[in-house]
Amino acid sequence: MSFQEHEKQHIEKNVKRKLTDTELQILAAEWSEHCSYKSSKKHLRMLPTTGPNVIVEKGYDSGVLDVGDGFVVTVHIESHNHPSAVEPFGGAATGVGGVIRDILSAGTRPIALFDGLRFGNIENDAHARWLFKNAVSGIADYGNCLGIPTIGGEVEFDDCYKNYALVDVAAVGFGKKSKLIKNHANVDDLVLLIGGSTGRDGVGGSQFASDALEGEDRSAVQIPDPFIEKLIIEAILECRDANCINAMKDLGGGGLSCAISETAESLGIGIELDVKNVHLRESDLSPDEIMISESQERMLIISDPNNLSKIKEICDKFRIQCSVIGTVKEDKMMHVKNGDETIALLPADFVARGPLVDRKKSKPEYLLKLPSFPSSKNEMPFSDILLKLLSSPNIASKHWVFRQYDHEVGIRTVIKPGFNGSVLRLDNGKFLSVKIDGNPKHCYIDPRQGAIGCFEEACRNVVCTGATPIGMVDHLQFGNPEDPEIFWTFMESIEGITDFAKFLNVPCVGGKVSFYNETSEGPIKPTPLIGVLGLIEKSPLLPTPPSNDDVILLVGETKDELGGSEYYEYIHNFIGGIAPKVNFSESKKNMKSVLSLISKNLLKSVHDCSKGGLAIAISELCIFGKIGCKIDLSSSLSFEKMLFSESHSRYILVVNKNNLDAIKSILSDDQCSFSEIGIFSGDQIIFQSDSDSILELRVDKAENNYLNSLGKIIQNG
Amino acid sequence: MKVGVIVFPGSNCDRDMHHVLTDVFKLNAEFFWHEKNLPQDIDAVVLPGGFSYGDRLRAGVIAAHSPIISDVKKLAEKGIPILGVCNGFQILVESGLLPGVLLKNESLNFMCEWTNLIVNNNQTPFTNKLELNQKIPIPIANGEGRYFVDDESLNELKKNNQIVFSYENKVNGSVSQIAGVCNSDGNVVGMMPHPERAAEKAINQIDHKPSSLIFESLIETVGMKN
Repeated sequence: MSFQEHEKQHIEKNVKRKLTDTELQILAAEWSEHCSYKSSKKHLRMLPTTGPNVIVEKGYDSGVLDVGDGFVVTVHIESHNHPSAVEPFGGAATGVGGVIRDILSAGTRPIALFDGLRFGNIENDAHARWLFKNAVSGIADYGNCLGIPTIGGEVEFDDCYKNYALVDVAAVGFGKKSKLIKNHANVDDLVLLIGGSTGRDGVGGSQFASDALEGEDRSAVQIPDPFIEKLIIEAILECRDANCINAMKDLGGGGLSCAISETAESLGIGIELDVKNVHLRESDLSPDEIMISESQERMLIISDPNNLSKIKEICDKFRIQCSVIGTVKEDKMMHVKNGDETIALLPADFVARGPLVDRKKSKPEYLLKLPSFPSSKNEMPFSDILLKLLSSPNIASKHWVFRQYDHEVGIRTVIKPGFNGSVLRLDNGKFLSVKIDGNPKHCYIDPRQGAIGCFEEACRNVVCTGATPIGMVDHLQFGNPEDPEIFWTFMESIEGITDFAKFLNVPCVGGKVSFYNETSEGPIKPTPLIGVLGLIEKSPLLPTPPSNDDVILLVGETKDELGGSEYYEYIHNFIGGIAPKVNFSESKKNMKSVLSLISKNLLKSVHDCSKGGLAIAISELCIFGKIGCKIDLSSSLSFEKMLFSESHSRYILVVNKNNLDAIKSILSDDQCSFSEIGIFSGDQIIFQSDSDSILELRVDKAENNYLNSLGKIIQNG
Repeated sequence: MKVGVIVFPGSNCDRDMHHVLTDVFKLNAEFFWHEKNLPQDIDAVVLPGGFSYGDRLRAGVIAAHSPIISDVKKLAEKGIPILGVCNGFQILVESGLLPGVLLKNESLNFMCEWTNLIVNNNQTPFTNKLELNQKIPIPIANGEGRYFVDDESLNELKKNNQIVFSYENKVNGSVSQIAGVCNSDGNVVGMMPHPERAAEKAINQIDHKPSSLIFESLIETVGMKN
């Protein structure tokens, strides 16, 4: 625990006395980067946060979107990177638990989970495999037990995550607008702590997460208990239905210190609490440890004293503990007592609003040194390249992962994981489509365009299901922000995301910033992750396998943008070149046109064209339909660029011949760039140019590599 | 007709099952918390899936000692139709109402995937509208779904026609690819796959009719009365 010089001055200026040890502990937890967002808060304000669907209410830990007919969807995203890098099972599991409680605290039931996972090179690094396997098990164990389906996500491997792990979890909730918790409190209301007992696990977790990962501080990793979490969800929702909750907050990073100060600050109240009333797992916990423990599965509730007996009755039914730890005061102070003794007494807003810092930024040196293209020419046959790419862990099917997740429970899953966005049915007859996307390889080469690209890719994926994007969440993960070069990449990303969000009119309804993602080998690549939620008013476009004679249209332009592609990095081991750039007006035009084609029922299937480029997107469709194709690649670009460039705003349309003219005329009217590139037939994936064959690969061979590669790597231990 | 859906701490398919019984098949279904009593005039009982008691000790074993199980046993003796799905099946096995045990899947992992069931016994209250050997596309979602009995008990099961469903393909290493069994009277049925996840068109794009017949069989047996 240590304070920066400006923080010491801030304390001296505002508190005219020596702080107690407890106060110092509370401030250290709450003013950590993890809890206070001291480096990023000023800049996050640039993101657009309002829109026609957005419901804003004080004190929400999740974004709330109105989906009509009196229903709302809530969404939040979190990561648990440091803990997962030390103890992947527990770290990943508690990451799931934390984000679920954010959804719950708005008064909505969690209905879906999404994970973005990133590890080192699992092909040659046994430790990376161990982290990967155990993080997946941790997520499966926790989500499955709760009965919340994990319906989507992504997995990526890159050397920059060696000895490290990024575990990002997004959760979606659903409920009635009338049952949202309207956070408020009256003087003399009771402050309750519900759920798991407070123990030594996770003490100092938020500080641990606000520094480079050097030691393996296992005591800073929390212990998961999904069974308790399940009981808490049901108990809280019963309390909500019985109108017993005035305000609610999840206990996460910073534990009680953070929950108490932030609740008091956001509601403009004071809270007096006695640590002796907190139910403990270990009787010898010190008051300071109680205040900063990050033990999981705990919720803070503010309730009218008249509702206490009802809340106790509900907690008794589920056999979970409920302690009255304090009361609401008028004085806006955070007052912590240990029996009769006052051990901390500070203004809540002073605690909750840590002093922000201005970080310096400068364009990283490495960007100036990136080579433009590989020094040697490609000499591998394209069919061999395609086969190898299909088995790349970044491209191969993630079936091994998502089959360990219950993605059906809750019986809302209409489009399952593994193909574009996932789709859930809602109780009002509408559908929600969700996708999360990241791309550190693009972001490393061009942090601004890379971040916009992740955003656009997530939008494309929900558009492919027939959904209109209505909101987004962002999770910005970088190295040490005190390094001006890293801070520059952060600023580029957030500015890019802001520009695109404003252009599309898609508000940011939640997010998180995670800095200090570094190991002894250095910082991770910039890794923003974007989740997009889309709404489908009538019915989703269900993925239908392509069949013989179906025509393939490519909407959008393929450009000279191989930088950061899987082709450059996995095949040529080359980092450099020009990363894909989103053309805003092209992006919007293509989204709109594809959506109108879907709504007119003219398309059989739409597939997003992204990682691995056109060659991979077409192969995925062929594998899905167990059918070959014949594609004409004639273009002014070289074949390798046509096949593997990862240019954005591209969609592959699978259409029945009879609809071809109607589709073409709509695309022309909308001034979209498109071309009819081929048909599905036979049992080979064939790319040709003026009837000269460029690439031929049997679909069954492609399928075998695509479906089984990841499982094989894991089996090897 | 009244169907009881039992809720244990950690059940998580209870609301799904209730939705299918009430909203899809228009039955009068009611939740019963595991500490409550079941009315003796109830027409059928369903033990839904989930992770009762977080699967601690062994899946289903703690729930099998819940107060409500003694009522379930009484109803079972009276011949009332009782269905256990997934964790419900595990609880019925642990409480001794059904033979066998459910072990960890051969893959040692949780498995969530669609598979085909084959109907081996269409004489139970939950299968009487299905054809013998009919295929049912249906999802499984479990970590401990590998059905096991010793050879002697297996012969007994076969002799008494107690194997209700089997998997078309090898899925998890179950003995004789068994996916569901019944008691010797045939009124208590347990199955690992989830019929409530396959009985609606919106969430089952393959064919929702065979799974629907599981629920329609119950209606056929007990009759539609409110």
